[in-house]
Amino acid sequence: MTKSADRTPKIDVRVTQIVDVTSEIKRFRFEPTDGKPLPVFAGGAHVVVEMEDGDTLRRNPYSLMSSPGATDAYNISVRRDPGGRGGSMFMHDRVTVGSLLRLSHPVNLFPIDRRARKHLLFAGGIGITPTLAMMSELARYGDAFELNYAVRSENDGAYLDQLRNTYGKRVSIYRDDQGEQIPLTTLLAAQPLGTHLYVCGPGGMMNWVLSTAEGLGWPAQNLHSERFLAPPSGSPYEVRLAASDLSIKVGPHQSMLEAIEAAGVDAPYLCRGGACGQCETRVISFDGTLLHNDHYLTDDEHAGGQKVMPCVSRFEGRELVLDR
Amino acid sequence: MLVEGIKSRPIYSPLVARTGTLHLFMADGEGAQAILDLATTASPGFFERAHICYIPRAAAGRGFESALQALNPAAFYVGPTVAAALPRLAVELANAHMGTQIYLAGTEGMIGQAMVVALAAGVDQASIQREHRGSEARRVQCVHCKGITEDVTTQPAKCAHCGLMLLVRDHYSRRIGAFQGVCVDAEMPGTAPDPEEAFR
Ligand code: FES
Repeated sequence: MTKSADRTPKIDVRVTQIVDVTSEIKRFRFEPTDGKPLPVFAGGAHVVVEMEDGDTLRRNPYSLMSSPGATDAYNISVRRDPGGRGGSMFMHDRVTVGSLLRLSHPVNLFPIDRRARKHLLFAGGIGITPTLAMMSELARYGDAFELNYAVRSENDGAYLDQLRNTYGKRVSIYRDDQGEQIPLTTLLAAQPLGTHLYVCGPGGMMNWVLSTAEGLGWPAQNLHSERFLAPPSGSPYEVRLAASDLSIKVGPHQSMLEAIEAAGVDAPYLCRGGACGQCETRVISFDGTLLHNDHYLTDDEHAGGQKVMPCVSRFEGRELVLDR
Repeated sequence: MLVEGIKSRPIYSPLVARTGTLHLFMADGEGAQAILDLATTASPGFFERAHICYIPRAAAGRGFESALQALNPAAFYVGPTVAAALPRLAVELANAHMGTQIYLAGTEGMIGQAMVVALAAGVDQASIQREHRGSEARRVQCVHCKGITEDVTTQPAKCAHCGLMLLVRDHYSRRIGAFQGVCVDAEMPGTAPDPEEAFR
């Protein structure tokens, strides 16, 4: 079976350091095997890490957290998620110093808007990773910024001391177990004109931050967020790929995109998390229910049944035919 | 109607009440009517968080001041000229926060100048609404002496600063909020056609 029909350029890396950041989070350092400088990236970018787990090729997006100027190595942080589909467990349990992995080139779906007079950052839990790269970039530019970081507890919070030591007053940390809460409304109402807001964290937190800002009259252009959805599991089903003249099976813990790739069909993607729109695929016909899980298509498009985002969406029913 | 299809020119559309923590209105002349129209659909309490700055100009004596005052805005100011009102706007913006909405209604000259002040204060373009009402008189900058002539209604028009006869072009500078005026009889001074009313 073809492991990867993906023809986008890749970077071969070696894992040169693994650090336990908290009991659940590990940091990985990747260095290029060919010793050439890595592509530069901007704060907010992610790479897709490919993991060969037996017969399964896993591809998970992780935000780059290292300083954007550094081209000798990339750093990512991975939170172990025993309830997930296995990518994070593979990184935690199977990857060791010396392991060889393959990365996509960095892609930035969460860039800093340099027109802002001030950058107001919000992070929750592991959502801190893109924020770290953004802050080192903002500090280098000398731009005004401020971070509000919500964590479960002092012990569960990643990079708390590093943040306090490097950025001092510009960082506010809120520990849930201490009953500390981001005073969101007061905070938003006190921001100077021209402030841009960035949020990365759990879905509930992102909705809360974004909808509160909208309700106070912040323009949509000033609100930036990044949310990678993990592809949800579900019942297995079949898909007909009309252009390739193939019928494929999608397993319960596999995404439609992964099944297409496993069949050797080249399919576009960038985020693999239902956010970027790159994997959009035309639906030729279907008899059943499309389970749209992306937040890229509009509600009308979801209802229309003409398009699907195979990186996160599923299908239940008799037949689904895609133009792929 | 204003000349359509001038790319450099701002897009105007009717003011609508938006969500926000502070609503700053600036209007001149018949622009008052745009605020009164918005008031018919605004939610109750909307004007409790509104500041209105009004310059009556040619519309003085038509009852706009009292109609605006009757909306009970949190602050109300009537100014003699746009030039006098702009520094007030700058001060208000210096103390404003995200969530502030800006509403500009009236002549292009006022809207253009208020835009320059608002953008300099860091207001995001998406928070500014503009509705043109009343006179189509243009604010013109002479490309030769850089002087600005207000309320230009004729074509050509005499520069109030250097006295050259200017062809008022459709080229609009957002940076200064004015149309460009270029000398019409540079080759043979004194041969300019007689000014005719062009912008009412
Ligand atoms: S790959 Fe980004 S939405 Fe599917």
